Amino acid sequence: MVNHKIITKNLDLWYGDSPCLKNINISIPENAVTAIMGPSGCGKSTLLRVFNRLNDLIDGTRITGKVLLDEQDIYKDIKDIFHLRKKVGMVFQKVNPFPKTIFENVAYGLKIHGWKDKTKIEKKVHDSIIDVGLWDEVKDCLHKNAFSLSGGQQQRLCIARAIAIEPEVVLFDEPCSALDPISTAKIEQLIEELKQKYTIIIVTHNLQQAARVSDYTAFMLLGDLIEFSETNQMFTTPKDKRTENYLTGKFG
Amino acid sequence: MKKNFIERLLPIFALLTWVFLFGIMLILFIEGTPIFKSVPLFRFIFGRHWYPVHEPPEFGILPLICGSLMVTAGALIIAIPFGLGCAIYLSEIANRAVREIIKPFIEMLAGVPSVVYGFFGMVLLAPFIQRIFHLSIGLTAFTASVILGVMALPTVASIAEDAISSVPKALREASFALGANQWETITRVVVPAAKSGIFASVILGIGRAIGETMTVLMVAGCCAVITPNFFKPVRPMTATIAAEMGEAPMGSMHYHALFAIGLVLFLITIGLSLIAEHFKER
Repeated sequence: MVNHKIITKNLDLWYGDSPCLKNINISIPENAVTAIMGPSGCGKSTLLRVFNRLNDLIDGTRITGKVLLDEQDIYKDIKDIFHLRKKVGMVFQKVNPFPKTIFENVAYGLKIHGWKDKTKIEKKVHDSIIDVGLWDEVKDCLHKNAFSLSGGQQQRLCIARAIAIEPEVVLFDEPCSALDPISTAKIEQLIEELKQKYTIIIVTHNLQQAARVSDYTAFMLLGDLIEFSETNQMFTTPKDKRTENYLTGKFG
Repeated sequence: MKKNFIERLLPIFALLTWVFLFGIMLILFIEGTPIFKSVPLFRFIFGRHWYPVHEPPEFGILPLICGSLMVTAGALIIAIPFGLGCAIYLSEIANRAVREIIKPFIEMLAGVPSVVYGFFGMVLLAPFIQRIFHLSIGLTAFTASVILGVMALPTVASIAEDAISSVPKALREASFALGANQWETITRVVVPAAKSGIFASVILGIGRAIGETMTVLMVAGCCAVITPNFFKPVRPMTATIAAEMGEAPMGSMHYHALFAIGLVLFLITIGLSLIAEHFKER
């Protein structure tokens, strides 16, 4: 029996008057990688940003329906949005380390969440950097500016920053779209390892990437969730004609 | 392709800015340096007495430098917190409608002629300050500082606002996604990321205040003494030049001394601009 970490029920989302997500019902399995794919403008990033309420930053966003995280409605039961974001971390498409040192980048979230003890912070920062496989590359330059790292290293630093505060879910919004193939491979391998500890949702418009990294795949089109199933099944025997057309490259 | 006449002319216009700059510098040097034949540079800069029409005259500009520094420092105490507060509010907190309304006003504040500020300071602020602090005269370093602070505020606010707005949205999102609230995001991510631009805004604000002439001429009280007391009149460098140029006979020591003050001011402001450029580029 699969445990579901996040469940949406009849989720609709508007930006102003334009509907962006239409009646989304999806159950995200725990400790697995779920990919959300679809062509540009299908609402996949918007859906991802529902899960940590980052859409709240955009004026004029309206939501109806339910989004449950461990059976708690994140729009009603979780009053404190900052606790939600402690549980649901995020890695972005645009590689965005802070203009601080490597160490400070990872320590930032810890300090925000009230960590005071310096030795504890230091240990947690080191552990997080080790977890993303960056330790050997940066251990001698932890106090250098994060921008001195390569793009792929910066993205892994961003992942370290996200997991340092021990979230339960990590959202990846096209994390490799700006990276070279070798860095991409490293990040994909890392995602594979991270699913032992975290529930992972990754948005991608790269079909091969969805096939490589995910256990479950959702296919979206113009705000609708067209199909959601195990990745193997979707890529071999899609149920919906539109999914098949997308997978075979008839549009996209 | 053949360039037309206007296209050939444009580089000359651009070059003219250099010609003006170096022309000004050259004239200041030619007209200012003769004073150092009779008054050594050290005594000119660090001399404590400015008595240009006494017999014998004394040309020590330290009181004038102190006057300028005092009103500028006072102005910054006002312009920096208000200007930065304004910049942070406009770029981070205010919604678009409020921003669209307030921003043009800041630019208008920058466009008010300085004589109007001076007039305002003389007629309204000086008597007010004289009354509440029980002074014998309202034209003081403090009065000048307040007015100069308001004048430098738009410079600080608009340049700092540009710097803060140009911090990528991705950084704010990263901070919010880690659970930071707006205040933490502003103070720990956005402002540090914009710090070189903010620094440039402060330097340009200093330049604005230190070079201002008409206002300080009208409200600083114009008394060439060295005093730590902000409620005493002072005489900044700019005001000295403006007030005395008309009465200094051309080619006299006094005349050359005023040019030398101009040279000192020019070097200070050009230094500030260079520092600001350096920080803006980072």
